[in-house]
Amino acid sequence: MAYRRVAIVGAGITKFVRRAQETGKELAFQAAKMALDSCGLTMKDIECVSLGTAPDAFDGVHMKGEYLSDGSGGWRKPYMRHFVGGGTGVFAPIHGWFHVASGMFDTCLVVCSEKMSSCHPHPQGAFKTIFDHTTEQPLNPTLIWIFALEMNRYMQTYGITKEEIALVSVKNKKNAMDHPSAQLPMEITVEDVLNSEVLAWPVNRLDISPASDGAAAIVLASEHVAKRITDKPVWIDGVGWNLDTAYWATRDLAYPRYVEKAARMAYEMAGIKEPQKEIEIAEPYDPFDYKELHHMEGLLLADRGKAVEMLLDGKTQRDGDRPMCPSGGALGVGNPIAATGLMKVIEIFLQLRGEAGKRQVPGNPRCGLAQAWGDLMQVGTVVVLRR
Amino acid sequence: MELEKFELGATHYKESDLKEGKLLSLPWTPNLKYAWDNGVAIGRYLTELKEGRIIARKCNKCRRIMLPPRMFCELCWRPTDEWVYVQDTGRVNTFSICYVNWDASRIKKGEKPHLPAVIEIDGASPGMGILHLLGEVKPEDIKIGMRVQAVWKKPEEREGAITDILYFKPVRG
Repeated sequence: MAYRRVAIVGAGITKFVRRAQETGKELAFQAAKMALDSCGLTMKDIECVSLGTAPDAFDGVHMKGEYLSDGSGGWRKPYMRHFVGGGTGVFAPIHGWFHVASGMFDTCLVVCSEKMSSCHPHPQGAFKTIFDHTTEQPLNPTLIWIFALEMNRYMQTYGITKEEIALVSVKNKKNAMDHPSAQLPMEITVEDVLNSEVLAWPVNRLDISPASDGAAAIVLASEHVAKRITDKPVWIDGVGWNLDTAYWATRDLAYPRYVEKAARMAYEMAGIKEPQKEIEIAEPYDPFDYKELHHMEGLLLADRGKAVEMLLDGKTQRDGDRPMCPSGGALGVGNPIAATGLMKVIEIFLQLRGEAGKRQVPGNPRCGLAQAWGDLMQVGTVVVLRR
Repeated sequence: MELEKFELGATHYKESDLKEGKLLSLPWTPNLKYAWDNGVAIGRYLTELKEGRIIARKCNKCRRIMLPPRMFCELCWRPTDEWVYVQDTGRVNTFSICYVNWDASRIKKGEKPHLPAVIEIDGASPGMGILHLLGEVKPEDIKIGMRVQAVWKKPEEREGAITDILYFKPVRG
């Protein structure tokens, strides 16, 4: 392969909270500083910075990559921001991977920062503008519609019930009780989910991840540098991304084809032939509980319509055969859009190093995957990690 | 590195702090107006809606009849070829019963929920859905696969917008 090997050598993450006193820059700084401290580096050792942060509309600051650059350590360094909505948090490390894999740089700091609370009364209001301005916005859509429509189609296609889907929320919010950054750790039951406020049937309040503020960061290094920094590098062995059309109503809503395309790209790069056997642990993106199941299928970690069986069999529990979202996911740890995906990458990094503390899954996994998804249900971003 | 060993930061403040004015909060309405060009495809689509018709666009290579119409086929990556009128009837691909407004506020007591749906339009290629609303139906009676028909605004009230169709209502068959 023509690429250089790239390792994650350090990580940092703030608490995820509903409203943070800190500005987006300050959150970015906290996570970035922790990531550097975790591997004994300083900003002097960092050659370039990749920033991920999602819609400008949250902050009311247009071109907020520039705005967040100093807190992210981008001062007078090669610095670039990009975003693909919720897919950003896994695209940011892919973007950092380019920088190092290409041979251009030996180190890259990847920072994802999101502050949704600046936009009130609710950041949902900012989402209307992601719909087509002529053919959809006049209908006054809320973003929840597309999830409700997709969830309903998914349930109908495979005969899955709301009770079954609610088990994802129960599992992830419970897993989050062991995550020090968690915003919504909870021990709840399926009944709690079903009895929570109906927002847009079939979506209830406890089916959804919260609005959050927070930041996450990782340090990437080329092979020869990584081995000097740590004796436990975690390698980015595969990356994949894919963008579907914005004509979302034209799509098969029961199956995320764009996630499959991204996953196949990452698997090919990582030499993975049988993902269901080789991917031992995963953090599929779970802003809604059905999404964990939907994405497991897109990632080829479950056959179509069968992810729910793995859930019911307990296989996706932290002590199960195929743990999914052992961190607690977006549902439990919180969902500061861009930072969420990177939180998932960090979880796999910690799990493969055996450093996830109370969240550690048994069995010394060697290979894991993090995935995020975003825009108008369009984008899939995937990284495969190995120790 | 275990996360527990680090100072994690991000200091939470309460909604009440915001309400009590402990934070600087500036309401601001940006004075921006957008004049969106409809383009060739959507321009014709809207003009036809004003006439009470739905028009699609066909690609002669993949033979798809596409809604909303587009001047290029994203699959074949070539210009599309023909205008094709489709029906104003279709089938509910999926739906929701929504109690939340676009800005996350809740609908008022006694108000009917929003009924968004993806509707596959008859005459367009299978799977070609558009986002619209359902009406003249009880929420509990909506089914995936249900046949529906457009309910149009009166001709004199139409303005060449997607809202010239008020909603889709159930039909037999």
